[in-house]
Amino acid sequence: MGKRIGMEVSLMVSEAVKLADVDVIAAYPITPQTHIVEHLSELVADGHLNAEYICVESEHSAMSACAGSSAAGARTYTATSSQGLQLMSELLYVVSAMRMPIVMTVVNRTLSAPLSIWNDQSDIMANRDCGWIMIFAENGQESFDQTLCAFRIAEDRRVLLPVAVNMDGFILSHVIEPYQTVEEEIVEKFLPPFDPLYTLHPDRPVTMGAFAMPELFAETKMAHEIAIRDSYAVIREVWDHWGELTGRRYEPVEEYMTEGADTVFVTIGSYGELGMDVVDRLRAAGKKVGLVKIRLFRPFPYRDILNSLTKFENLLIVDRALSVGGVGGPLASEIKTALYRLEKRPNVFSFIAGLSGRDVPPEKFIEMYEEAMEGLKKNQWDEFTMVGVRQ
Amino acid sequence: MIEIIFHGRGGQGAVTSAEMLALAAIGEGKYAQAFPNFGPERRGAPVVAFARIDTKPIRLRTKIYTPDVAVVLDPSLLSIVDPAKGIKEGGILIINSRKSVTELRKQYGFTVRLAAVDATTIAREVLGLPITNTTMLGALLAMTSVVEEEHLIEPLKNRFGRIAEKNINAMKRAITETKTEV
Repeated sequence: MGKRIGMEVSLMVSEAVKLADVDVIAAYPITPQTHIVEHLSELVADGHLNAEYICVESEHSAMSACAGSSAAGARTYTATSSQGLQLMSELLYVVSAMRMPIVMTVVNRTLSAPLSIWNDQSDIMANRDCGWIMIFAENGQESFDQTLCAFRIAEDRRVLLPVAVNMDGFILSHVIEPYQTVEEEIVEKFLPPFDPLYTLHPDRPVTMGAFAMPELFAETKMAHEIAIRDSYAVIREVWDHWGELTGRRYEPVEEYMTEGADTVFVTIGSYGELGMDVVDRLRAAGKKVGLVKIRLFRPFPYRDILNSLTKFENLLIVDRALSVGGVGGPLASEIKTALYRLEKRPNVFSFIAGLSGRDVPPEKFIEMYEEAMEGLKKNQWDEFTMVGVRQ
Repeated sequence: MIEIIFHGRGGQGAVTSAEMLALAAIGEGKYAQAFPNFGPERRGAPVVAFARIDTKPIRLRTKIYTPDVAVVLDPSLLSIVDPAKGIKEGGILIINSRKSVTELRKQYGFTVRLAAVDATTIAREVLGLPITNTTMLGALLAMTSVVEEEHLIEPLKNRFGRIAEKNINAMKRAITETKTEV
């Protein structure tokens, strides 16, 4: 077993990138991602990581450089947040459709305006259709584990897609907590060297990212869609292998204390841990409440979600982003879509909580529960509730 | 679970105090968490840092509103924040001040258990700087048993390198000089 040590979660991610022995890092610093790339640049400068660290002048350039290095066959990593992700948005779509297995940490932070550096998931949710595999970590250990798993998933020849590992900015990134590291020999067993199908090379010229006429474009999109759908099986396989090697097992959708529950919170990201604490409190008060945690967001695990959520009467879905002018939270919208074809659907309560890092203590979850129970009594509730908002 | 708040001013090392404490607890095989009150860092402005320590995994990821212990690194903060706010029953407020516990209680009307140490003087004498974060860790050790003294040494050595010895000495001096009510 690896050593158990205390470390800032951002640095755990840098250590995972080091263990993955990446070839190229191209990144532009932005709060709250900064500590990850600072530490990586130190590791490269001090000779602890034999990689090319490309200092770029923007996130647009960062992802462009990642596209080039991945095309050349290099294991490639970047990290960003918020406005940075928005600035690279154009390239996000390009590299996924070009099937480049880039790994990126998105340290989730809200989008301006008003200018704010704090956490929510509006950055990644604004890019949810960019064709990347998207995983959400709930704590430091998982941020570390999923970073290593991401390289293996991305580079698998059955997948060849970029992977974004999301972790809540500050709430995870800036916290010092314990984690179990992994020995190099285990990583060597788990993550073989990157062996790309095609690379840019002067001796074997190929065209990547070519122009497509309308007669071909839809087929390429469908191929991309099928690739990301099919990646589901590989993701599970990789997580199972990681579980065998480390004892830490991950599922696309996980349940906590759902036995006999009629009502469940549905969470994504670091709300998973808080949610467990809240469920313990409500259970102690005799309420039949459980928790369902969504770890995999793209490909959206419809089957797992249906298998799990149809067991309950009431779903309290907690989003950390608002689809402005839409119908509430992105996670709630996706889940409602998944439930549509069922004859008997659970009641869905959509809550938006923690925008721009507003603190969400357990009491706020309990208020959500009480609000939902009140709504049930009256048989009336809003499409979504912005938790604690002053109007 | 024990929850601790460090009150300081930007640049005084409140965040480092919380970090050192968490690392010491993790070194003892416990679970711990340390984090700043996230925001733009401004030198001199009031800041808080949080630490949680438990024997089982910590799932709370929110600020601390009802600490077991509050540690004040800078006496000038007492006139602008109320560090006693929310302290749990049986908790303690530990203040860097030249004043005695009796004087502090009289001046600010604290009703919680109090301890005080002149950490600024210790830090000036031992470190040559009025930075009281490591000194106040000594005061915390004097008043609570959240971690063992020996387990703080390693994180301090890693963080402070060649000035670690001085910081350890400042911490040790505070352990003996911290006073509480009899």
